[in-house]
Amino acid sequence: MAVDNELKIELGKQGVFVTTIEELYNWGRRSSVWPMQFGLACCAIEMIATTMARYDLARFGAEVFRPSPRQADLMIISGTVTKKMAPQVVRLYNQMAEPRYVIAMGACAISGGPFKQGYNVLKGIDRYIPVDVHIPGCPPRPEALIQAFMTLQKKIDEQPLTGADRPRHLDAEAQGEFPVPEPGEHDLEPTSNPGVWTVPVVIR
Amino acid sequence: MRTVEEIKAAIEAAVPDAGVTLVMNPSPAAQHSLLLQPEKAVAVATFLRDSPELAFDYLSNVTGVDWLDKEIAEKVKVTKSVTKTVDGVEQTVDETVEETQKRVEPGYLEAVYHLYSVALKDGPLVIRMRTANRTDKIEMPSLTPVWRGAEFQEREVFDLYGIVFAGHPDLRRILMWDGFKDHPMRKDYVEPDDFEYEPTAHDEVLKRAQERQASRD
Repeated sequence: MAVDNELKIELGKQGVFVTTIEELYNWGRRSSVWPMQFGLACCAIEMIATTMARYDLARFGAEVFRPSPRQADLMIISGTVTKKMAPQVVRLYNQMAEPRYVIAMGACAISGGPFKQGYNVLKGIDRYIPVDVHIPGCPPRPEALIQAFMTLQKKIDEQPLTGADRPRHLDAEAQGEFPVPEPGEHDLEPTSNPGVWTVPVVIR
Repeated sequence: MRTVEEIKAAIEAAVPDAGVTLVMNPSPAAQHSLLLQPEKAVAVATFLRDSPELAFDYLSNVTGVDWLDKEIAEKVKVTKSVTKTVDGVEQTVDETVEETQKRVEPGYLEAVYHLYSVALKDGPLVIRMRTANRTDKIEMPSLTPVWRGAEFQEREVFDLYGIVFAGHPDLRRILMWDGFKDHPMRKDYVEPDDFEYEPTAHDEVLKRAQERQASRD
């Protein structure tokens, strides 16, 4: 049950702090999103810049880049996902504990980018794993990554803990493990996970 | 810097029956190259590396080229005996007719090596080797025993063009995965048909995307 905002401010002036479990829970999740230390290509350089003193991602509670997927909450797909690398990316995502989030950073990660019509690059990581925030750019500026991070925080903040819109980790029925594509004779098999990605309808 | 002609003469003097051919480059770059016979390639390469006058001790680049089968149409003058009626009398006359003849020149796969001499500050020298055809006779000798730097690059040429380097110490795919069957840089490579979604399609891709869309509707 939501607390009336004005009442909350009024009580705050009197020294009474009122909140809900949902608010507290989401505040905790959004304020300590630990990304995985994981870079794929040139976008990773921008990601590193974002964490350094000038842009300082630590201001948003994401300063600790974890070297293990077991300790990480956020996977920043920073760069080109080749078809050879894609199974490993999905496997790493499977190894992360819930709640977990994905930011697809840069043109390559969201669509294949300039390599889309090549033989070796995956046409977007959202074909295999659910992506929370997509950032275009080649590479995106650190500001864009911060924007994406803030968008993710907003998204976490707005998640209800019950009901149909609750996050995946609170839903016992939800799919927890995503099938890892197998390298086939000509392409990855399958070429996408239909549970995650369907062909967008293009109106021409 | 020696010219390729001089280097060719030096090779021919040192290696008997080397069979080196000059491949001229008519462009302003004029970077002519030497075509080696596969049987003699290792001997020639060893000479290029070890001869103190040439000392090509550094292999900077190995790459592949895919030359498709070429259909050549030539106009040939053919003399034929034709029976004609001239002035009411039947005569056999030799007549010269121009005919277009077509012949297919078989394609081949080519490996190109760029050599430098660090000791003599010389280079690049471009040497080439060709396979007999593009399908089954795709072997050529590896130059990795001569220049160790060729190892990964020959693996890459094997991966992307499918040239089999005989004598290579570790000939595996290097960029694509092991179970992959195609050679993507070959000109007749058919890429996987996964353009089901293309927001800014054009030309061939647009055609395919529209076909896919039509099959979904």
